[in-house]
Amino acid sequence: MRHHLLFIGKNLIRMILLLFGVSVAAFILVSVSPIDPLQANVGQAALGSMSVEQIEKLQDYWGVGQPPLQRFLAWASDFFRGDMGISLLYRQPVLEVIKVKLANSLWLMCIAWVISGVVGFVLGIISGLKKDTWIDKLIKGYSLLIASTPAFWLALVLLMVFAVWLKVLPIGLSVPIGMEASGVTIGDKIQHAILPALTLSITGISNITLHTREKMIDIMESDYVLFARARGESTWSIVKNHGLRNVILPALTLQFGSISEIFGGSVLVEQIFSYPGLGQAAVTAGTGSDVPLLLGITVISAAIVFGGNLIANVLYGIVDPRIRRGGKRS
Amino acid sequence: MEERKVILDIHNFSIAFEQYENGFKKTSLPTIRELDVTIHEGEMVAVVGSSGSGKSLLAHGILGIQPYNATLGGEIIYDGEILTEERKAALRGNEIVLVPQSVAFLDPLMKIGPQIRKGKKDKASKEKLDGIFKGFHLKEEVQDLYPFEMSGGMNRRVLVSTAMMGNPRLVIADEPTPGLHMDMVRRVMAHFREMADNGAGVLLITHDLEQALEVADRVVVFYAGTTVEDADVKDFEKEENLRHPYSKALWRALPQNGFQFIDGTQPYVKDLPEGCPFGPRCKECTAECKKRIAYREVRGGRVRCIHAV
Repeated sequence: MRHHLLFIGKNLIRMILLLFGVSVAAFILVSVSPIDPLQANVGQAALGSMSVEQIEKLQDYWGVGQPPLQRFLAWASDFFRGDMGISLLYRQPVLEVIKVKLANSLWLMCIAWVISGVVGFVLGIISGLKKDTWIDKLIKGYSLLIASTPAFWLALVLLMVFAVWLKVLPIGLSVPIGMEASGVTIGDKIQHAILPALTLSITGISNITLHTREKMIDIMESDYVLFARARGESTWSIVKNHGLRNVILPALTLQFGSISEIFGGSVLVEQIFSYPGLGQAAVTAGTGSDVPLLLGITVISAAIVFGGNLIANVLYGIVDPRIRRGGKRS
Repeated sequence: MEERKVILDIHNFSIAFEQYENGFKKTSLPTIRELDVTIHEGEMVAVVGSSGSGKSLLAHGILGIQPYNATLGGEIIYDGEILTEERKAALRGNEIVLVPQSVAFLDPLMKIGPQIRKGKKDKASKEKLDGIFKGFHLKEEVQDLYPFEMSGGMNRRVLVSTAMMGNPRLVIADEPTPGLHMDMVRRVMAHFREMADNGAGVLLITHDLEQALEVADRVVVFYAGTTVEDADVKDFEKEENLRHPYSKALWRALPQNGFQFIDGTQPYVKDLPEGCPFGPRCKECTAECKKRIAYREVRGGRVRCIHAV
């Protein structure tokens, strides 16, 4: 019990430090950004026709001229009290904005996460088992090609092929244009999520495949697999008894660690498909100097990624008997 | 002693590896060149050689689990028939079994019981394993342990019990007692002796001549990929009874015979001399030794030396 409390306590401190560091870094980047919030959000023409009082009011609203440290401390103290502030662009509480955007993104990312995890795992195992055969070369070639392809470029290609040429899938957004919210069906939502989810999956697969392949090759060359063969176990029996058992542990770590990559990828992909998710909101907040929203998204994203890694750590302790039983003994 | 049936007869066996030198030139690396071993039912034969002489590869070659870039040569006859790769695959784990060096050869994430049963859950396998464990005085709880949880003493018995799951007629023990205390060595060796006494042929692969002399019936001396002598254990009582200069050198290196060593080291596969591999370290070496040396019978044993009488 004491062991568990210590574990929780340690990770809580780690998370607080991480979130603090991430928010400071994000704030510094926004502060030194050359973007003038007034020019970016109101426009030069509109500003020219305004009176000095109006402009001063706007400057006050966007926090221009306030010392950065004071701004950050004000945000941080509110945040600690559970108030994430009001988004300057959306004119809604940051929490509300994030909730809506996250719901859109989350389902996109979950699909991509599951597909890339499952497909990458299976491909990696096949490739590792059939090392140096044509099928391994094919899978490895695909993975290396995709790993060196930028996600936004792939998104553009898919968009051109499926939305522009074949016209089978919508070109962007998360729901059909000009339709009432009540009229949107699940089918519509799925149709709109296919391309962005596909892009994220395709890019996510290669990393998982290459790592799983490498691990599988190690396992198949291990002494215990050699001995299993000496004992007459068939290849299938070896994969079932020893391969999967040993490859699942690193795969778990990889899978939960890959949340950060899916998150990062979604920022670009959502932008290209004009998909109103968290990634797009982050870009809008960044280019529009919406500091409270940007910091809110940064902190929430970091917490989710941290959570993923934490889950991987906890699962490791549950799945690996050397940690589970070894820990109890010592 | 009555004439026993030959269970394994290995004749002029070789294992070579294909390698690419500098990325272009394809060369063949003959790790085992000329190996001859005969094992009868109920007999324990020790193949003794120093590390790096290719001993473990012999075990893998017999079982058909050599690396994919290895080429086998010569002939293995098992139970009167040529041992083809297909036969190896059918027999290994059942009639031909391997006892490995250490628990590193067990899957670290699979419990002992299911692992020895190869994942089988039927009643017959369970009962068989229970019986074997009882015979080895291993508690039933050991089946629920993971390899890392076992004590050193359990390790050995568990490894030996993996061999008993089939119906072994040929047991190959590859360095089964590395770094063990002498008492432990004796206990492990007793298990193999028992298997031999029950009619199985046992091939003990070791670098420890002293240990081999204690339990085996015959000793095959292996040097740089070649079997140089096949002698009865009794021949090792006196140096004069041995036939090959290398066997004699091994004999003199035993503690009770004065710990004497000879100069030089076993040559690496790539730098093997012509003819007798022991030639450069041998006092009796002549020009004739640079030719291929036949394995011939001398005084009831076999030797690969033209000077032996």
